[in-house]
Amino acid sequence: MYQYDAIDKDVLADRAAEFREQVDRRLKGEITEDQFKQLRLMNGLYLQLHAYMLRIAIPYGSLNSTQMRKLAEIGRTYDKGYGHFTTRTNLQFHWIKLKDAPEILDHLASVDMHAIQTSGNCIRNVTADPYAGATADELDDPRVWSEAIRQWSSLHPEFSFLPRKFKIAITASAKDRTAAKAHDIGLMIRRARDGQLGFEVIVGGGMGRTPFIGPTVREFLPANRLFSYLEAILRVYNRHGRRDNIYKARIKILVSALGREEFARQVEEEWAKIGPAGDLPDTEIARIRGAFAPKAFDVLVNRSEKYEAALATDPAFARFARNNLKPHKRAGYTIVEVSLKGIGDTPGDATSEQMEVVADLAERYGQDDIRVTHEQNLVLPHVRLDDAHTVYLALAKAGLGTPNINLITDIIACPGLDYCALANARAIPIAQDIAKRFADQDRAELIGELKIKISGCINACGHHHVGHVGILGVDKKGEEFYQLTLGGSGAEDASIGKILGPALPADKVTDAIDTLVEVYLRERHDGERFLDTFRRTGDAPFKEAVYADAH
Amino acid sequence: MPTLIKKGQGDDFAFADDAFTAVADDQDIPQGDVIISLARFQTDGDRLLSEGRQIGVRIEPAEEVEALAYDLPRLAVVALAFPKHRDGRAFSSATLLRKRLGFAGEVRAVGDVFLEQAGHMVRCGFDAFEAAPGVTPDQWAHVVHRHRHVYQRAVDARPPAFVEREE
Ligand code: SF4
Repeated sequence: MYQYDAIDKDVLADRAAEFREQVDRRLKGEITEDQFKQLRLMNGLYLQLHAYMLRIAIPYGSLNSTQMRKLAEIGRTYDKGYGHFTTRTNLQFHWIKLKDAPEILDHLASVDMHAIQTSGNCIRNVTADPYAGATADELDDPRVWSEAIRQWSSLHPEFSFLPRKFKIAITASAKDRTAAKAHDIGLMIRRARDGQLGFEVIVGGGMGRTPFIGPTVREFLPANRLFSYLEAILRVYNRHGRRDNIYKARIKILVSALGREEFARQVEEEWAKIGPAGDLPDTEIARIRGAFAPKAFDVLVNRSEKYEAALATDPAFARFARNNLKPHKRAGYTIVEVSLKGIGDTPGDATSEQMEVVADLAERYGQDDIRVTHEQNLVLPHVRLDDAHTVYLALAKAGLGTPNINLITDIIACPGLDYCALANARAIPIAQDIAKRFADQDRAELIGELKIKISGCINACGHHHVGHVGILGVDKKGEEFYQLTLGGSGAEDASIGKILGPALPADKVTDAIDTLVEVYLRERHDGERFLDTFRRTGDAPFKEAVYADAH
Repeated sequence: MPTLIKKGQGDDFAFADDAFTAVADDQDIPQGDVIISLARFQTDGDRLLSEGRQIGVRIEPAEEVEALAYDLPRLAVVALAFPKHRDGRAFSSATLLRKRLGFAGEVRAVGDVFLEQAGHMVRCGFDAFEAAPGVTPDQWAHVVHRHRHVYQRAVDARPPAFVEREE
C-alpha cells in the first residue's frame, strides 16, 4: 500500500488548516453561504435533510486497518456509531456538525486520510478494481496509476472549477469491477502486441438523467503519456463543456454533442500541443509502483486441508465460500468479499464495531489490506485459505457473514429520501423489502447473479441505469413511485437499462421483482444469468407478466 | 471600486494604482490607457495603439485567448473575466496565455474575483487581481502561500512534489 511521505502529509495538514480557516471565516460571516458552499463541497461537506454529511475519500477504495479503525472512531465520536460506504467507494457520515468538521479532518490527516474533492466540480476520487494486486487476470496494478492520478488531481490549479464533477475509473482486468464505461473517463489497461503497456481511453460515460455508455476515444495510449492526455481531455472539457445548465454540464454531453470523432480530434490536437512536458517522469511512477510491490506471500500449495475440512463440516461456511470467496493469483490464498448487505440492513452501512472487526481481521489475516467496492461491499484481498474459515466465523459473529455477493440481495441503493435533500423517494426501505423477500439463500442462489440497483432520484447515485434490474424513485403528485429498468450492466458488457413500463407504487415493487424472477426462471436457458435471458428474450415476457394486472 | 492587488517580482503582493480605465462596449473611449472588449479591440485596436496608449483586452470565459495570439506583444494587459467565481475557464485561458502563447504582460483577474481562489490563480499565471473591496494584499499573500507543496507543474515555477522528491 502507498505510504504517504512527508510531502503528502504536509499537503493534508495544510488542507485541514485551510478549511479550518474557511469555516472560521464563514462562522464570522466574512464569506457568504454561496461562496462557502463551493469550499465546503470541495472538502466533502454537504448540507443534507437533517444535518451536514461528511464524505471521506477512500482513494481507489483502498485502506489499512489503522485507517479503518479511525473511521470507526469518528463514527462513534461525531456520528451515531456507523458510516455508509458509497458507490464511489467513499465513506459518508450523515450526522455531522459543521463546527466539528475541521477537527474530523485533523483526525483523518493523522492517518493519511482526507475528504479532499469528494464533492464539488472537480476531479473526484478515482475508482479502481477492488481486486487489484490480488486477481490473476490483471495486466498491471491499477492502484499505481490511481495513486498518481490522486496526486495529480489534488488541488489542481487549472481543473478545480470544472463545469461539473469529474470521475475516473481504472481497471486492468478483462472483468470490469469498476463500471469504467459509466465514468467520465474510463481507463482500461491494455498491452500492445509488442508488449508495451497502455490504456484504452473511454470518455463520456455517465448516469444521471441522460445515461451514456462511454465511447472509446483512443484504442491505445502508451502508459507513459497518460498525464498529458488527461490534461488534454480536461482542458477541452474545461473550456468547452456547458456551464449554462447543470444537467448538461457533464463531459458526456460534450462528447455526445460533438460526436466521438470530433471530440477525439480536439483532444488529440490539444495533446499534440502539450507534448511530453505534461507527463510524469518515469521515476515518479516507479517510486509509486514500489509502494505497491507484491506482498510477501507465503509459498503455499493450492489445496488447504483445513479449508476443505471446514467446507465439509460447516455448510454455512460452504455457502459463504461459494458466494463470497474469489480466486486469488497466489496458490493457497483467496479474496474474501465482506457483504454490507445483511438482509434487512441498509446497503453499505457498517457500524463502528463492524469496521473494527474488519480492521482486526485485515491486520491479523489479511496483510493489513482492505478494499471498498463500488457495489458497497468490503474486500479482504489477501487471506490464506487456511484462515478463511476463522475469518468467516469472525465476520458472521459481527453480522458480516451474509453469503450474497452478486446475488439478488446484494443490492446497491443510494441514501434516498431518508437522508438526501434531492430525493423523490426512499431507496433503502425498498432494498430492505426486496432483500427480505429473497432471504431464502437456496432460492437466491438458484436465481444466481442478479444486480438490483436503486436510486432515489434521477441523479442516479444508485446506478439504476446499469442494474440488471434498475429501480428509480419518481414523484407522482407527491407520492413515491418507482420506475423499473431492465437489462442494464455496468461491467465489461456495459449497457443502459430499458424502462419496462409505467412506474409502480412502493408496495408493488417487491411483487414486481418476484414476477420478473419467475419469468426469468421459466425462460432461462442453461447457464444464463438474468441479464443474458433478458437480452435474448427482450422485454416482452417480463412486461406482460408485471403489468398483467393492469390489463 | 474593486481594489487592484498586484504580484511583485518575488512572491509579494501589494496594492497598486490602476492606470487603466475599463471601458464597456456601449461607452465612449476616454483618454489614456484602457481595457476594452475583444470585439472592440478587433475593430478599434490598431487605431488606439497608434495613438501611443497602453491597451488591455478583456476576455470573457467563452472567448478564446488564441484570438489574441498575434496581438499579444502589443498588449499591456489581458483581463480574464470571472462572471462567477466558480466559472473556471479563465484558469485555462491564463495557462494558455502564459505557457503556449508566451504572453509576458499583465494577466489580470476581473469580475467575481474570490480570495479563496488566489492560490489557483497565481499558479495559472495571473499576476493582477481586482479583488473584492476590503481584501488586503496580506490576505492575498496568505492564501497564496497556504500550501507548502504542489503536485502539478503549472505556470508558476514551483517544483511539484515529484521534483522535490528527487532532490
Ligand atoms: S440518486 Fe438522488 S436521492 Fe439518491 S443520493 Fe443521489 S441525489 Fe440523492
